Amino acid sequence: MATEQPTWERFDRRRRLSRFVLLLVAAVTVVASWRFMDTGVARPETIPREIADLLTRMYPPDVAYTTQIVQPLIETVQIAALGTLGAILLAVPVALLAAENTTPNAATFWLGKLIVTVSRSVNTIIWALFFVVLFGSGPLAGAVAIVFRSIGFLGKLLGEEIEEIDFGQVEAVRASGASSAQILLYGVLPQVKPALVGLSIYRWDINIRDSTVLGFVGAGGIGVELFRAVNAFAWQSVAMVLIVILGVVVVTESLSAYTRGLVR
Amino acid sequence: MLQVTDLRKTYPTGDEALKGVTTSVEGSETVAMIGPSGAGKSTFIRCVNRLTEPSGGEIYLDDTELTGLNDDALRAARRDIGMIFQEYNLVERLTVMENVLTGRLGYVSAWQAFRRSFPPEDIERAYEILDRVGLGEMENKRVDELSGGQRQRVGIARAVIQQPKILLVDEPTSSLDPETSNTVMRLLTDIAAEREVPVLINIHEVDLAIEHADRIVGLHDGELVFEGSPSELDQLGLDQVYRGAEVPENADDGQAPETTGDGDVLPDTDRPLAGET
Repeated sequence: MATEQPTWERFDRRRRLSRFVLLLVAAVTVVASWRFMDTGVARPETIPREIADLLTRMYPPDVAYTTQIVQPLIETVQIAALGTLGAILLAVPVALLAAENTTPNAATFWLGKLIVTVSRSVNTIIWALFFVVLFGSGPLAGAVAIVFRSIGFLGKLLGEEIEEIDFGQVEAVRASGASSAQILLYGVLPQVKPALVGLSIYRWDINIRDSTVLGFVGAGGIGVELFRAVNAFAWQSVAMVLIVILGVVVVTESLSAYTRGLVR
Repeated sequence: MLQVTDLRKTYPTGDEALKGVTTSVEGSETVAMIGPSGAGKSTFIRCVNRLTEPSGGEIYLDDTELTGLNDDALRAARRDIGMIFQEYNLVERLTVMENVLTGRLGYVSAWQAFRRSFPPEDIERAYEILDRVGLGEMENKRVDELSGGQRQRVGIARAVIQQPKILLVDEPTSSLDPETSNTVMRLLTDIAAEREVPVLINIHEVDLAIEHADRIVGLHDGELVFEGSPSELDQLGLDQVYRGAEVPENADDGQAPETTGDGDVLPDTDRPLAGET
């Protein structure tokens, strides 16, 4: 008598059907969006020529212009550093509120979540627009914008780290008669320290990139020069600014990766 | 002296972990609390320093009633209660010294704690205790570099430096191999004896309890079912603790007690005495 061949399938018929339907929905959405946006380039054949044209105008980069962008460049780095520092100080309490195991009660938990969501749902550049109106144009508006955007990022990710800690260590500190502040210092902080350092450096790295465009809305930094050069069609200066920004980003990224590697 | 009267704990899930337990730890005796998993041993210990809030009953440590204390008074009372944990619960990313000094946090401000500036006498005592538990010269090692036995020694040092009126010890050897278990138990009871600190130990290895304790109390299903010296813990006592045998009206020697409770009879090879339950 022939024995039945053993068969095994990862998904049963129902799962297969629902996966197929999901894929179909995704495909339809993409196609529909494309058509709805009326995306399309009027004359695709001109693109290569335009690129070539732009590159010729950019070459050679205006090296002499470098002296003028050093100052705004330093300002950009400072905006990022100051903004990140402020964000860390403010994000730690927010993270403690937004973590289920350290928040005092349900109301504070939702307050923490609200701060995180509001901060994250507004882009840095939009925060900057807002603070330029408040403080006038300049690097202060930029730094505060960086702070407001970074609080949500750091608060959310640090809060998640706090939720992952080993609570036994916290309990042991509590059992010795430590106060709440001491419990945070000895029970919680050492456990999230690598995450705190790593996330802060990562955010600083993002903030450097973010603050290069803050100048577009008048919030200081190298973006001011870039915007001015673009508006003046001074493409050789634009090229120089872009090269310098690229250099700064490469340096900060490798510094960020290196420093995060040091923390354990 | 620790005097616990009619201690009850009902968890929000409705589980009755403790159904009115009355016992005491006196003088500088070592009391071992035995019982199967889920009998309420850990809950009992954690209720004493209120890491778990008891639902009813009274707990006196010397003249202080612990269950009614407000937050500040509870913190002060906890300074007098040393606790040693099953999973050591050391702060893994801090050094041995920092972990030991954690036992003195109740006596310094948060700022001093942050700056790690503890009084010189605390530091001196920390060195002395580290030497005593066999971790001299290890003070700057990070705890996550230590072995299990070494970690539990740090745990002991952290509890002892509190100069507590009682040591609460929750399954100190469950994460250790048998040989290390024995050494750690000996060290623990020796140090407690030297300093004349009473000890309440949760333990499920009955042979370790018999060897190291002055008195044994047995919990079964949240109730105290045995209390006596190690030599009084016979098969009947073990049956009561581990299998929920009824306490007989007239204990008749030689007659096997009737088992009730969950009703299944353990094979001889699975006796608690043989090791872990």
